[in-house]
Amino acid sequence: MKSNKIRLVTGSILLMLTVMILYSCSTQTDVMGTQNAASKVYVAPGEYDEYYAFLSGGYNGQMSVWGLPSGRMFKNISVFSQYPETGYGYSEETKPLLQSSYGFIPWDDSHHPNFSRTNSTPDGRWIFINANNTPRVARIDLTSFETQEIIELPNTGGNHASSFVTENTEYIIGATRFSIPYDADLDVPIDSYKENFDGAFTFIGVDPESGRMSIDFQIKMPPYHYDIGKAGMGVSSDWVFFTTYNTEQAHSLLEVTASEFDKDYIVAVNWKKAEEYVNAGNGEIIDTEYYHNYRTEHNPMAVSDIINKVKLIDPADVPGMIYLLPTPKSPHGVDVDPTGEYLVAGGKLATTIPVHSFSKMLDAIENERFADYDSGIPILEYESTIAGEVENPGLGPLHTEFDNEGNAYTSVYISSEIVKWSLSDFTVSDRIDSYYSIGHLLITGGDTPNPDKKYMLGLTKTARDRFLPVGPKQLHPAQLYDISGDKMELILDFPTYGEPHYAQAIAANKLNLNAKQIYSLSDNEHPQATKRPRDVRIERDGNEVRVYMTSIRSHFTPDNIEGIKVGDTVYFHITNVEQDWDMVHGFAIKGMENSEILFAPGETKTIKWEPKRTGIYPFYCTAFCSALHQEMQGYVRVSAADSDVQLTWGTGE
Amino acid sequence: MKLYLSLITTLLFIIFSTTACGGGEADQNEQPEVQQNTAESDELSQFELDNGIGPITEEIEISDEIDREKAKRGFETYDMKCAACHRMETRLVGPPLADITERRSPEFIMNFILNPVENTRKHPVGQELLQEYMMQMTFQDVSEEEAREILEYFRHVNETGQEVL
Repeated sequence: MKSNKIRLVTGSILLMLTVMILYSCSTQTDVMGTQNAASKVYVAPGEYDEYYAFLSGGYNGQMSVWGLPSGRMFKNISVFSQYPETGYGYSEETKPLLQSSYGFIPWDDSHHPNFSRTNSTPDGRWIFINANNTPRVARIDLTSFETQEIIELPNTGGNHASSFVTENTEYIIGATRFSIPYDADLDVPIDSYKENFDGAFTFIGVDPESGRMSIDFQIKMPPYHYDIGKAGMGVSSDWVFFTTYNTEQAHSLLEVTASEFDKDYIVAVNWKKAEEYVNAGNGEIIDTEYYHNYRTEHNPMAVSDIINKVKLIDPADVPGMIYLLPTPKSPHGVDVDPTGEYLVAGGKLATTIPVHSFSKMLDAIENERFADYDSGIPILEYESTIAGEVENPGLGPLHTEFDNEGNAYTSVYISSEIVKWSLSDFTVSDRIDSYYSIGHLLITGGDTPNPDKKYMLGLTKTARDRFLPVGPKQLHPAQLYDISGDKMELILDFPTYGEPHYAQAIAANKLNLNAKQIYSLSDNEHPQATKRPRDVRIERDGNEVRVYMTSIRSHFTPDNIEGIKVGDTVYFHITNVEQDWDMVHGFAIKGMENSEILFAPGETKTIKWEPKRTGIYPFYCTAFCSALHQEMQGYVRVSAADSDVQLTWGTGE
Repeated sequence: MKLYLSLITTLLFIIFSTTACGGGEADQNEQPEVQQNTAESDELSQFELDNGIGPITEEIEISDEIDREKAKRGFETYDMKCAACHRMETRLVGPPLADITERRSPEFIMNFILNPVENTRKHPVGQELLQEYMMQMTFQDVSEEEAREILEYFRHVNETGQEVL
């Protein structure tokens, strides 16, 4: 009893103290601050976010779609990796998308999404993303939010400096991260690097109507390593820029050997000029092999073309197309300000942020202020192009985005922060911590001529203690900042999916009204679509059996199948004949060594099944579709290879 | 100590919740129209009671003679979008339809095709059908014109018994 009394008294004192502290000025501000942040990211139930954000998936090979400012995830778009949840990369429609000159590739490392552009501004038609490992670029349609096309880059060893898009989506750029011999099968000693290895830039043309991509030409480059790129805009819109490292041309322990030189380069490429040279017949056609995989809006069955030639131009043969801008210490990012005048380098080992001037570069070219040449490419004098250096930017500056008031925001990896600095005097005006070790960052519109000054998203590498712990490996976080004021303010911290490298954001109203709600059955051009119940059938051709099936709440037609035999290869071509938004059905059958498939309203998908044993195989709908979802099922009877059970099928008969 | 903690937490909660800021209104983005599944108990008009809820809000003109071309187009839509669940003479997922034009008004048939969810939620006939069949009829992206053609097809079937045109 006594101790209880003491507790009560102590409790009352504690309570009073708490109340006093809470009502004192500073704490009041903190409380208001938290609430302010909460209200800035709060999107009420049923309301929409202001922006779509597309985050690369990094080592999961995909791309995810999010809302800003809420930080809610809407979708995983399968791109370069199989995804058994939907059947992507398992279904017959999507398997061709993952074909390459190295065979079927079930996985890749997706890095830098980039929107299609009109006047350098995202136009909401497509988003592209690069595969870093087996070099490819994908195009995703922004009405279905599905991958429609993947093209392989020849002569390339890791396509990292991609998929950046020029002013009016004339080209998507790519570059070899690791220089390699062009002949993919060339068997040479690695230490013959300097004789046998080459770099390559790739210019992927985009059809303005269909979006269909093609490798229009490549540029032969010295065997450096090429890190990242950006397309110019405004005054520099005819140019694209790449960063280089390993200009030392090392091939082992690059951590040390590729950091010997004081300066590497930013490569400036006049793509308009390159295009003129190509159109005038310059360059040579060389032998190579790459895959081009695509499907059309109404026919989801992808096809692969194998292409054996590519146009290659050598800068030594065509002057005035490429220049090297010396830049300190293995620069990582190269970012172009909204006017196109400034090229900001992120020298990841540098202690300053060098800023080149595009107009000074043009003057230096005009006045031939060349310090040297490499492989016939002029190297400009460092002093001739540099506009300024930002002092004290922190340790390890990487990437920069911009607002509409002349400020730049640079992510700084080693010191784990974002620094804000002015493009007018190159001085730092604000800095804020990131949690932890930031890579890329995104400002809405921050890589376009018309940025906002509203939201900034920092994509960080390690979560450590930020969220409830889930073991030694955790998801990579993102932090949302309010940049509308003088000071950057952290307003949200959330885990993401995969490892987002770069990201893109677009105002919600540029996409949401164009988003498909169904695939129209009348428009379905899938060669194995079953649009009418009367077309449901099963066809046998030797050991190949094709089941033309439909699904609607809540039955498959047919749902009883007999006459399948061990040794058969069975294709289930299932058409979801629903025409109601978001009414999805799925299909799985016992013992399936493939994935399940999910099919959207009006969509046809195919999954291959090779039963190995006789027996009765139940199949069912994997997506809860109605009150009678549990009843949405069927049976397949599999008989011995030599059995004489006739092929029969039906539903409710 | 637990007691104090919970007291403090409660207090904190009260303070937090009473000093909530107004905050900036989030920009309203245009949202596409979605059929809402809200069960409002609005009073139905006599027309709606007789002819269902939906885009058909007044009596439509029907000539005595059946337009065979229209019925044929109606059959094509029906065959693709309705036949997975309906038969003419027997119950399948939904009710048999050979005599539908005798049981329901033309406007009711069209409204039910065009707006099945709201009719099964709010209309007494729709509610009864949902209870009987236990399956929500689905909107199959059928236009008003196509619904009119399907109606013509139903009239044709009812008159001639010919199901395939």
